Amino acid sequence: MIICLGFDILEPYHFAFFRNGLVVATIAGALCGVLGVFVVLRGMSYIGHGLSHAVFGGAAASAVMGLNYFVGAGVWGVWSGVLIGRIARRRIIGADAAIGVVTTASFALGLALLNRYGQAKKSIEAVLFGSVLGVRTGDIIAVAVVTVVVIAVVVVAYRKMVFATFDPEVAEVTGVQVQWIEALLMVMLSLTILVTMRVIGTLLISALLVIPASVARMTTNSIARMLWVSPAIGAASGFLGMNVAYHLDTSVSATIILVSAVMFAVVYGATGVRGRVRISGLHHV
Amino acid sequence: MKKLIECRHLTCAYGNAVVVKDVDLSVTSGEFVGVVGPSGSGKTTLLKAILKAIPPTHGHIDHSEGLRLAYVPQVETVDWNFPVTVTEVVVMTQSRHKWWPHITSKERADTELVLERLGLAGLGGRHIRELSGGQQQRVFIARALFHQPDLLVLDEPTSGVDVRTRHEMMHLLADLNEGGMSILLTTHDLNGLAAHLPRLVCLNTSVIADGTPNEVLTPEVLERTYGAPMEVLIHGGMPVVLEHGADEVSRRLSRRNAS
Repeated sequence: MIICLGFDILEPYHFAFFRNGLVVATIAGALCGVLGVFVVLRGMSYIGHGLSHAVFGGAAASAVMGLNYFVGAGVWGVWSGVLIGRIARRRIIGADAAIGVVTTASFALGLALLNRYGQAKKSIEAVLFGSVLGVRTGDIIAVAVVTVVVIAVVVVAYRKMVFATFDPEVAEVTGVQVQWIEALLMVMLSLTILVTMRVIGTLLISALLVIPASVARMTTNSIARMLWVSPAIGAASGFLGMNVAYHLDTSVSATIILVSAVMFAVVYGATGVRGRVRISGLHHV
Repeated sequence: MKKLIECRHLTCAYGNAVVVKDVDLSVTSGEFVGVVGPSGSGKTTLLKAILKAIPPTHGHIDHSEGLRLAYVPQVETVDWNFPVTVTEVVVMTQSRHKWWPHITSKERADTELVLERLGLAGLGGRHIRELSGGQQQRVFIARALFHQPDLLVLDEPTSGVDVRTRHEMMHLLADLNEGGMSILLTTHDLNGLAAHLPRLVCLNTSVIADGTPNEVLTPEVLERTYGAPMEVLIHGGMPVVLEHGADEVSRRLSRRNAS
């Protein structure tokens, strides 16, 4: 037994629910860390919050219609993501407004459906904070599969994704299918939210899509290195946050967010002006 | 000479707003063409239509078979905070066919050659923010050249740069053109850039004039293009455009200061 500051730090590992929650929180941290790099560099930090609200609408609709959660919420989330991309591309209204319109409407529809046909209060709490205690093997497999798929896609499409993020106009002219790349990113984000929302909640997803990538940005001037640092920070936040939450008996989501926020503050202080200049170009941080 | 691009009765619109109307324009191999006109005259739209980034509402754009185009955007549109190095920017144009994230040693070697040609040798590992204004401009030209284009298309290459950078840019483009590169650019800068080019196209939704600077930089053409009276002086055989009204402003200001 390892005793530290009066805690038996291995104590929670005796419980299967903790081990399952820890695995999901760590993998989800890494997964959101990878996608967060593109989210943050595109100035779409609000997308995690927005898309998870949209997926809630799909989840509610599928519950009311008796459909499988993954099918209903998945189709809805992917569709919302693609719709946001399409509206934002027309440039009459920006990406932030597009996210606001599509996702709040979707969330409101889900809420209305649950008001009318189900238990709204319970579902909303579950959506916001998730339930790491109720993690099932199926959830772990789903998160792991999406992580492997996302990493594979990012490796294969890395150059196109970077080009389309940095300079979409020239990328298009040189033959990169920018619309497809953007749709692909939205699909990956929707899938990520779909498999992690029930477990870690929308608040945590939003935080994990923004904070690790912003921390990574302060430490490096290379997007390739950001793609290593950001998932590492995300995974570390998930892992440490779970352990701290157990011992302090605090909300898992809130603790993970606080751990990553502390990392942000430390790196912000340590990198000084250099780090601040680097994140000054990021929106919504 | 081979025609690289040819626009016939080209019309482009955003919704109901017609931005480019009935434009006939061709660029042949080895040419250096400047498109001038006021803000909102359709210069950038014309470039984008030529690049086939936006579809025409009427008319045609023909590219010669196998034409390779490279586009250099306005530096003001670039996100200088984006976490990429000079080498990473230069190899971007190869993205379409690359399915592996790492930059190969051949790409690195080719990049070094292009950077050396543009006076950027040894800067491949630098972040794009850590360069001077002129170097930043040249990085984007290096990226375009890495694509080995037949026609280099630049949108306002001297906009927002200081006099020294503008001179560097003009010399660089002249060197490239002498080396056989065909160039099409847009510019606001009548005296600093346009007057030095061999061929100018004055655009204000439609083509007002097309010819050498001495042919097109006339008070009549400029007034039709810019909607404001302008005077043209000849200095060292080259036209110098003076805006009417500037002398009136200085007279008013000096009267005010004197009183």
